[in-house]
Amino acid sequence: MSNNDVKNIRMDHSVILDWVEEGSTVLELGCGGGDLLYLLSQRKKANVSGLEIDETSIFTCVSRGLSVSHQDIDEGLSEYADRAFDYVIINQCLQEVRKPHVALSEAVRVGKKAIVGFPNFAHYQTRIQLAFKGVAPVTPSLPYQWYDTPNLHFLSIKDFTGYCSKNNFSIEKRAFLGRTKLVHFWSNLLADSALFKISRKI
Amino acid sequence: METDKTTGIVETKYLTFAQPPEDLALESGEKLGPITLAYETYGSLNEGRTNAILLFHALSGDAHAAGYHQGDDSPGWWDGMIGPDKAFDTNKYFVICSNVIGGCMGSTGPSSMNPKTGCPFGLDFPIISIKDMINAQARLLDHLRIDKLLCVSGGSMGGMQALQWAVSYPTRVRSAIPIATTARHSPQQIAFNEVGRQAIMADPNWNNGGYYSGTPPTRGLSVARMVGHITYMSDASMAEKFGRRFKDRVENEKFEPDFEVEGYLQYRGDNFVKRFDANSYLYITKALDYFDLDNGKSLNQVLKGVKAKFLVIAFKSDWLYPAYQSREIVKACKLAGIDATYCELNSNYGHDAFLLEIEEQEYLVKHFLSNVVESNGNGKS
Repeated sequence: MSNNDVKNIRMDHSVILDWVEEGSTVLELGCGGGDLLYLLSQRKKANVSGLEIDETSIFTCVSRGLSVSHQDIDEGLSEYADRAFDYVIINQCLQEVRKPHVALSEAVRVGKKAIVGFPNFAHYQTRIQLAFKGVAPVTPSLPYQWYDTPNLHFLSIKDFTGYCSKNNFSIEKRAFLGRTKLVHFWSNLLADSALFKISRKI
Repeated sequence: METDKTTGIVETKYLTFAQPPEDLALESGEKLGPITLAYETYGSLNEGRTNAILLFHALSGDAHAAGYHQGDDSPGWWDGMIGPDKAFDTNKYFVICSNVIGGCMGSTGPSSMNPKTGCPFGLDFPIISIKDMINAQARLLDHLRIDKLLCVSGGSMGGMQALQWAVSYPTRVRSAIPIATTARHSPQQIAFNEVGRQAIMADPNWNNGGYYSGTPPTRGLSVARMVGHITYMSDASMAEKFGRRFKDRVENEKFEPDFEVEGYLQYRGDNFVKRFDANSYLYITKALDYFDLDNGKSLNQVLKGVKAKFLVIAFKSDWLYPAYQSREIVKACKLAGIDATYCELNSNYGHDAFLLEIEEQEYLVKHFLSNVVESNGNGKS
């Protein structure tokens, strides 16, 4: 399966690889062609499965031997019991689902922990484009024009931490990603995207 | 005849078993024996006898799934999926396709001779179920000395047999690919079957099933098949295939078929009666309607203990076996802790898609099967 091996690991994927313990059970919502799941199964011996809505991506997953289900996350995760997985991952698709609150609540119900990654709408470049140019921002982490974007929701790092405390989710880990390296200060201004490891407070 | 990518010339084989007193006990409480099953095989069984795949046909199908019968121009009904380098790759796997009891394609059914009377069974044939069909197939596998199947698969009624195999013989099935199917027949599915049955029984030639020495109820059976064909297609596939085009008519009689779609349905109906027995149609559609994998329990409870890995395939335009029925199977698999992959393929062909959308199914099945083989090679079983 060497042709499937991922040579250049994306920065967000390598953070997630660090966060997931060896042999964990993982469900990824919106797993795409399964790059991350494949990495987790190969490098962390994780027991992985995914949900994906795009048919072509399903084909890629199946060709990699990944178990994947062709379904819409917005329809909920009622087929999974509470705490059925060690981790539920929603990476870079939270902003695309119709009901992010449902997706997140389901993620922390079905997963003992959830890992959530999203583009940071409060990055200084988006702020500049909106504030000074008066246009809907187009940046490397938000690369779409307003008329053809799959993104339905725009949130910042501050929005997400506020959401977590309001909903009683504890934040166990966080990482802020710049273009080429991690961001360690003024994250809501300097980070292109963010990753959080969260769980439901019991 | 192109034979380079096909299994070439094949023959249907027959196995007779369940000689009294070792009759097959049926779900209805009745017994059936002796039983003959028609089956075909493609490819070769490996030394460890671990590469066998059992395929099942739909309502009107037969054991002839691939290759050509001597002198025939058309191949078996799933030839696109079975053969060298195809989805069910006969270079790697030993593929078996078994006919069903109750049928009329070489296996014991209502048109077979009743040993007690020396006449065809007719309505003396016992009611059979999907479970009875697969229990008979299990005897065939015993005969072939195949203990464990690499995979069970089929579309429509074939998918029901695959599901029933995985549930009834959990230790004998390593993977299952149910396609365009359901865990239980819905009222709509039962309703369409009932229209077909009523058409047969309304034909005076049906004669309570006792027509074997006279004229068979061809009008009734033909109408039943016409209804069936409508449900196998989709609005879009019919529009594409026929539009509102008129067919050539010899003379202008009232209510002769005008439209191409009418001519097509009549043609399919007329052809069907040449090869299919009306009583078998009644028995098999009843087996479909009675099919209920969970029988009042919850589906995930029934699937608990199933070891097989699942690949479930549905088609978006299939309104006879709508995708929600496949999603329900997948959901139950997950609740039961079964490793399941699900794909809802985009196709305009309606229910017939499982016979026609070869490329996508081939890709999924091929990769899924190599993965099953691989995971087994690592010592898991």
